[in-house]
Amino acid sequence: MMSNKDFKEWFISNYKTFEKSLNGEKTTSFHQIRKEALSKFSEMNLPTTKDEEWKYTNISPIIKHNFSVIPPKADLSTEEVNNFLFDKLEHHLLVFVNGEFRNDLSRLNDLPSSVEVGSLSDAIKKNHPALMKHFGKYAEDSHNLFTALNSAYTKDGAFVFVPKGKIIEDAIHIIFINKPTQDKFVTQPRNLFIAEDNSKVTVIEHYTSIGDGVYLNNTVTEMFVGENAIFDHIKLQEESKKSFHISRMEVDQERSSNFSSHLISTGAEFSRNECTTRFNGSGGESTLNGLFMIDDEQFFDAHTMIDHAKPHCNSYEHYKGILQDKARGVFNGKVMVRPDAQKTNAFQENNSILLSDDAVMNSKPQLEIFADDVKCSHGATVGKLDEEAKFYLKTRGIGEEAATAMLIHAFASDVIKSIRIEALRDYLEEIISKRFNQ
Amino acid sequence: MLLEIKNLHARIEGNEILKGINLKVDAGEVHAIMGPNGSGKSTLASVLAGREEYEVTEGEIWYNGKNLLELSPEDRAREGVFLAFQYPVEIPGVSNTNLLKTAVNEIRKYRGEEELDAMEFLELLKEKSKLVELDQKFLSRSVNEGFSGGEKKRNEIFQMAVLNPKLAILDETDSGLDIDALRIVANGVNKLRSKDNAIIVVTHYQRLLNYIVPDYVHVLYQGKIVKSGGKELALELEEKGYDWLKNNKAEVTV
Repeated sequence: MMSNKDFKEWFISNYKTFEKSLNGEKTTSFHQIRKEALSKFSEMNLPTTKDEEWKYTNISPIIKHNFSVIPPKADLSTEEVNNFLFDKLEHHLLVFVNGEFRNDLSRLNDLPSSVEVGSLSDAIKKNHPALMKHFGKYAEDSHNLFTALNSAYTKDGAFVFVPKGKIIEDAIHIIFINKPTQDKFVTQPRNLFIAEDNSKVTVIEHYTSIGDGVYLNNTVTEMFVGENAIFDHIKLQEESKKSFHISRMEVDQERSSNFSSHLISTGAEFSRNECTTRFNGSGGESTLNGLFMIDDEQFFDAHTMIDHAKPHCNSYEHYKGILQDKARGVFNGKVMVRPDAQKTNAFQENNSILLSDDAVMNSKPQLEIFADDVKCSHGATVGKLDEEAKFYLKTRGIGEEAATAMLIHAFASDVIKSIRIEALRDYLEEIISKRFNQ
Repeated sequence: MLLEIKNLHARIEGNEILKGINLKVDAGEVHAIMGPNGSGKSTLASVLAGREEYEVTEGEIWYNGKNLLELSPEDRAREGVFLAFQYPVEIPGVSNTNLLKTAVNEIRKYRGEEELDAMEFLELLKEKSKLVELDQKFLSRSVNEGFSGGEKKRNEIFQMAVLNPKLAILDETDSGLDIDALRIVANGVNKLRSKDNAIIVVTHYQRLLNYIVPDYVHVLYQGKIVKSGGKELALELEEKGYDWLKNNKAEVTV
């Protein structure tokens, strides 16, 4: 247990260093929120595999490190950023380098009046009323040590505020680029996306890195989807294979809202992606799709929860994984249908393909139903690529590699197809081609 | 000689299925291989296509001057061997067009030919789909997914038409077809017959041979060809049934 204490003590004892970097901001009421989070953090225990929610996920590779709480400044050119953009996509661009918002690398197209797209640090400085209303309300600090850590160290992240009835046509592409140096460090982006009633917005949350260094990305994203609002969210994670990624996404869905989430990931060394959406009003719809492709000794954990708290809501969840080499994957998806949630439709599916004998997938779909007039289903499959299909392709003259690539494309295609942005679909098709068609 | 099978023995999971097959097929010929269930018909088709589960323990297969057993399944296809599957495989997410485009171009690449451009390729698909009365909308659908039995078999012959093989093996292409589908499939095959290619029709029933009239008929029984003859052998077999073979095994000349 020594190492556990070390990890926590490190962040507690280094808090003064962090406070210094806040530059006099210590007196604001927001800092009070941080300090409360720190005290919660110090009271909680590190999760172990004895905790049900962490059964297959061992954090010991992370906690043995002492990550510098102040990330190094990094030079980055526009050209380097351009490598991560999608061709032919009209978009607003927010760039964060080693956790810090970079105005010089970001650009916004015309936005409707009173829409705000920018950095959380700005919102904090302005004491933005929406920030005070929504921050920490969905991703609560209690019961989640990493969220409490993120809250305690909240400094920057993306802030999107779409007031009632406003529509943002172009997607907002938010890139978090980490450029590690010799020193390992932690970045803790904190994002808040607010789509008020009848609004519409598309956000691409993109985590990536330059070079092959060690860092911890501990991110928290809160999303509010107001009544009848439409929120399309895509998270893309493609990070250094020596990095650690712990992420929590919490979504609050009001009446008749529509939320769609796609998590596409080629992982890190260790990734934990939590996503919870909660129906806080009737008539809502939610789509949670995911695709992860991991190899070597990568570990990836998708941990989702769809909370049907209100009646007449529909949820569709489909996660797929492709694992090579000695990669290990976890899918833990819970669908909760509470007593009030009559007429719920909830469908959940998890399919994984193991491309090697050493790859391991743990799939744990869970349905908890406390209402009696509902339609719910779930299923999970873990298997190899269909050898019969591969043989069929070969008898048509298609070689081993092309046949494998075709079948993997086919497996991944329904997740990718449901992404509404063509440029992003093309980008993902290319990732798959590069990976499996050499 | 396009294909020469010499004393072929093959087994699967330790069971010997083929016990010394001898067969010669020349370009321009249609051979029918008939036999009761379990006689080794589908095993022979699978071995020719290169299915890995089957182990060849003895014998040789020469195809177009090449040792067929040394070629991978994909290289056999690129050399002009085609197997129409008894049970065509469903491949969700791969469209018929995508499969054929990839196949045609991989084959052309192997032969040192230029890849077809999109226009030429679509023209080819359009022309060949007419052969088996296949609706254009099938092209964009996933391979065999949700197809009826008849549609799957027509799709096999459509693929054969597009890939234009030198040697086609039709493994029970007639099984489960209604009479209309059988006629369409057989018409397609007949249009593909030429002096440059050969077709091996593997079937349990004589009926298909009313439509695809073979030059030679071979009867496979217990892993060996026990009788060979002209098209009239099929009729005789139909009339007397496979029991005739079993009862007269002693008289059969190999």
